[in-house]
Amino acid sequence: MDWSSFIQGAFGGLLIGLSAVMLMVTLGRIAGISGMVSGLIFDRFTAESAWRLAFVLGLISGLLLLVVLNGSLGNVAGNPEAVVGAPIGGVPLMVVAGLLVGLGSGIGNGCTSGHGVCGIARLSPRSILATLAFLLTGVLTVYVVRLMTGHSL
Amino acid sequence: MKLIFGYLAGLLFGLGLAIGGMTDPHRVQGFLDVFGNWDPTLIFVMGGAVITTFIGYRLVLRRQGPLFAETFIVPTRRDIDTRLLIGAAVFGIGWGLSGYCPGPAFASISGITWPLVALLLSMVVGWWLARRV
Repeated sequence: MDWSSFIQGAFGGLLIGLSAVMLMVTLGRIAGISGMVSGLIFDRFTAESAWRLAFVLGLISGLLLLVVLNGSLGNVAGNPEAVVGAPIGGVPLMVVAGLLVGLGSGIGNGCTSGHGVCGIARLSPRSILATLAFLLTGVLTVYVVRLMTGHSL
Repeated sequence: MKLIFGYLAGLLFGLGLAIGGMTDPHRVQGFLDVFGNWDPTLIFVMGGAVITTFIGYRLVLRRQGPLFAETFIVPTRRDIDTRLLIGAAVFGIGWGLSGYCPGPAFASISGITWPLVALLLSMVVGWWLARRV
């Protein structure tokens, strides 16, 4: 058991929670990334789009900041210097996975942030069920891939 | 003000994802690998985030409204429909295959790779399709 990874995980979670609370107290909005980014891309550009764009730029610069600070604050498995981990598979796998992630979070109105964090924190029955559903299919997918290939991807 | 706090919230979110290890798809997939080499890190991230948000929302939502906008805009639907469940189930398959969900995928742009480019473009196509079904 790698307790330093768990402690970093809990601290990272605290920061994500503070971000969600900050967005609610200042702008009155849920921190749901799929809705935010897809709205930014497909809705007509309005004042709403402006803060969404600012959020996404902040999201990206958070990691840039860690890279610049160079203080091994990342939590990549087996590589304490890295902030971003290597992809699990190549382009074909990611095309399929990306399509499913986009389609699913679009149809289901949310992903790990909107349903998994903000929705559960609001005790929303829709979000609790959605989170159980994507955890279940996520676990099954990894299990089936393991059975078929003999190892994880 | 909206832009500043939008940016700061994004910054905190990105820092939290990276410090928590969620910008490593192996950690995320490792969490879903409960019958194999299980990596519990994600449950600590999610637990920390949910507890903080649960307490924070309770304090914040007592207010009349947010500081720099008219009203709180919070989802009100409580019904369970098939779109929600099918969507979440499909999302989980893609999440399991790649170890990426939308937040970490976009946050990881500073460490861009061709597979991540492919995932991001494909995700946008998926969102486009979702608005048509």
